[in-house]
Amino acid sequence: MNAHTGIGASILRKEDRRFITGKGNYVADIRRPGMLRGVFLRSPHAHARIKGIDTKAAAAMDGVAAIFTGADLAADGVGGLPCAWGVSNADGTPMKEPARSAMAVDKVRCVGDAVAFIVAETLEQALVAAEAVVVDYEPLPAVVSMLDAIRPGAPAVFDDIPNNTCFDWECGDAQATAAAFAKAAHVARISLVNNRLVGNPMEPRAAVAEYDSGRDHYTMWTTSQFPHVVKVLMGNFVLNIPQHKLRIVAPDVGGGFGVKQFLYAEEVITTWASRKTGRPIKWINERSDGFLSDAHGRDHVSEAELALDESGRFLGLKVRTIANMGGYLSTFGPNIPTNLYGLLLAGVYTTPAIHCEVKGVFTNTVPVDAYRGAGRPEATFLLERLVDVAASEMNIDKVEIRRLNMIDASQYPYQTPVIVKYDSGDPKACLDTALKEADWAGFAERKAASKARGLLRGIGVCTYIEACGLAPSRIVQSLGARAGIFESATVRMHVTGDVTVLIGTHNHGQGHETTFAQIVSEMLSVPTDKIEIVFGDTDKVQFGLGTYGSRSLAVGGTALAKATNKIIAKGAKIAAHMLEAADTDIVFEKGSFKIAGTDRSKSLGEVVGAAYGLVNFPIDVLEPGMEEKAFYDPVNFTYPGGAHIAEVEIDPESGVVELVSYVAVDDIGTVINPMIVGGQLHGGIAQGVGQALYENCVYDEASGQMLTGSFMDYCMPRADNLPNMQITTQSTQCTHTSFGVKGCGEVGTIGSPATVINAVVDALSHLGVNHVDMPATPGRVWRLIHNSATQLRAAE
Amino acid sequence: MKVELSINGRAVSADIPPSLLLSDFLRENCELTGTHVGCDTSQCGACVVHVDGVSMKSCTLLAVAMDGRSVTTIEGLAGTVGAELHPMQEAFHVNHGLQCGFCTPGMIMSAVDFAKRHPSPTEGEVRRWLEGNICRCTGYQNIVAAILAGTKAMHAPQGD
Repeated sequence: MNAHTGIGASILRKEDRRFITGKGNYVADIRRPGMLRGVFLRSPHAHARIKGIDTKAAAAMDGVAAIFTGADLAADGVGGLPCAWGVSNADGTPMKEPARSAMAVDKVRCVGDAVAFIVAETLEQALVAAEAVVVDYEPLPAVVSMLDAIRPGAPAVFDDIPNNTCFDWECGDAQATAAAFAKAAHVARISLVNNRLVGNPMEPRAAVAEYDSGRDHYTMWTTSQFPHVVKVLMGNFVLNIPQHKLRIVAPDVGGGFGVKQFLYAEEVITTWASRKTGRPIKWINERSDGFLSDAHGRDHVSEAELALDESGRFLGLKVRTIANMGGYLSTFGPNIPTNLYGLLLAGVYTTPAIHCEVKGVFTNTVPVDAYRGAGRPEATFLLERLVDVAASEMNIDKVEIRRLNMIDASQYPYQTPVIVKYDSGDPKACLDTALKEADWAGFAERKAASKARGLLRGIGVCTYIEACGLAPSRIVQSLGARAGIFESATVRMHVTGDVTVLIGTHNHGQGHETTFAQIVSEMLSVPTDKIEIVFGDTDKVQFGLGTYGSRSLAVGGTALAKATNKIIAKGAKIAAHMLEAADTDIVFEKGSFKIAGTDRSKSLGEVVGAAYGLVNFPIDVLEPGMEEKAFYDPVNFTYPGGAHIAEVEIDPESGVVELVSYVAVDDIGTVINPMIVGGQLHGGIAQGVGQALYENCVYDEASGQMLTGSFMDYCMPRADNLPNMQITTQSTQCTHTSFGVKGCGEVGTIGSPATVINAVVDALSHLGVNHVDMPATPGRVWRLIHNSATQLRAAE
Repeated sequence: MKVELSINGRAVSADIPPSLLLSDFLRENCELTGTHVGCDTSQCGACVVHVDGVSMKSCTLLAVAMDGRSVTTIEGLAGTVGAELHPMQEAFHVNHGLQCGFCTPGMIMSAVDFAKRHPSPTEGEVRRWLEGNICRCTGYQNIVAAILAGTKAMHAPQGD
């Protein structure tokens, strides 16, 4: 172990310097010679037929280079945006997969649907011209609520898709679950909403595209979490650009959270238009356009039932969920409320029978896709709310009911009834630590103290598990993924012994430039300041699937370790020759190749020097140079888990909920950099707290207009909305990744909504409240308090 | 319109449209892209700069209104203390007060003004001050720690 910069060291981040000095290089900062500016004109209607678009007056305005419509794209053979993950109906038939043109042609299906792209010398000229484009809309009745969308006679989002239904998916065993319910002593029930969210990374989406006619070559700089996937999807499926003629660069990206892991129409159109105009084009989304065009998250309506025996053991779980797909299928849309949701419904419990049905529904809203946690926060919220309801109804302590049903550490690997098989974990240990850290036993005293100040105090606990490290290709392809989801890394040893790593994941805040350097440092005993991590450029990095689903360390890090091991293996061969020993006698320790059991050795630097210097080694057997590449496809998901505990104080006069403490104990496998992990947890928890208490994307049901389309209307958590969070890791090791890592990017967001809402319900339980929908805003909580006798929630 | 101002200690004169925002002037005309734009309603604070030493959202200011004023951006902050890094920049680094880095310039510029006004602040004062700066990555915890540490460093006796 290299104590200074290797695994387990909280070294400061290598990437910070450019960000704290204003030298970051975000897409909006990129400037190309002769660059034009583009803006999108977006539909003000939720649902309308486009009868005509008159661009003549606008095209004649000062500085306007070109105006493109969906018809222009279609005439030029531009394809539709592909969906990369198909799911099947319960009867085995495929989901409905309507074509999605890059720009609306004859119909708009949500407010914000792009109808024209205006390109001009300056941004101001483009904006002015956009106002002069005349679109003749024939407004149609719109439907934004999922429950309305599946009612007979509802407006059809797609004329040829009955009941606006994309799919009726199921998982688990309906018969076994029915049998479990038949012998239940008690059935707990809940119906709940998982509120629609807007991911809102602080950097708005943007793209700069440049077509080089001399080389017939395209470059696009984009705010993407997965540039190589953009290259494949856009080049191959939409624009018909050969892969060797297309370069995608995702430079510094200001936050992703899932929002930037899709192929977006704006990327396609900006790239295409750069060829049509013959000039580079920059497009930057405004925040208000981001609300109307970034894929959204969550948005479920669910009913669930838990069957228990008389002692409180879980016998069976039945879940029926309706999930919003929005007005089109986004890149991974259908996968999120199905495979990333239903397959997590066992949680950390031994529930033997589970059956989950999910109906995916089209509405006249922005498409819904992955947002941090993606499906797993929804599964955790439903399950952990239901467990609290069951505990309360059966008068069992909510910690004890969890402990009673938890998978014991000795039961791993654990096969769930919903496909996934957990490799490792110890949920009871996490729970015990969390109870201690949160001083669960001392809660009554704190509640009394709050009461003396006129405040209602509640405590909530949530245990969770998630599947991440996306993804074992064989498993996910059997679940509908249309590609492999492996990762790759190249380790380039420079002649001087310095190291460049080229990796297919993308760093947009996660600290990869530091964490990945720590892995190489650990393995090669090279200090991290001699290691550079390169990512985000398809011309530099061989291939990669990008960063999402807490995959970068578990999958990318394992590819990196594999490539580094190849360096060591090659180095051993060269060292064997230099030391005149057999390959098999060489061991690599602390940066040196040694003949085992002797003091004869060659340093890594000497061996690399020999590799490039060709000092008398058999080039018929060994190639010169020192650069190795590895691809890694995981054998299973990784399964981080943990226990979170929160306390809230509620002012009954105002309904304001204050989160006063938050304890997280997480099993994320081996920790490479505890400081970075802490930051990931803080941010993840803050986003989950945002969903629980503040954030809500609301559409007006009559008009289909978004009512929360700016930071003035959509409540992003601020610094004074959050307490200092107490983060502990208590890890078991993953059995199939390098170093036993599991992933930590999403765990905070997965555990926190249920934890916070369980605490809010606990604070109100004396009023007979057994559920509060998210976000638990002052208005909603105040009404619950003041109408507690009438169970207002049922009426909402 | 003609405008003459100082940006990061350098005299700048320009002939610009009266509608040009300071944020756009800095980013587009002066190529100082460390000042970021994260919203269009003056909520996010990614564009905070100093005008005559006071933190302001550059997206709410007209560039022509800066005539005769002195503007400091994140690129010029270290220069104000004649060091490679301002103590607040150093504190953000040491306390892991940033992740994606997009809100960071505005956060740091806002924090420096806060520190000048609050030599020995409480955590609550820091959190309330940040009402106008949104971060989506950090949950603010390490930003708050960084600002407390940076404030302390800014007010430490010279020569220590």
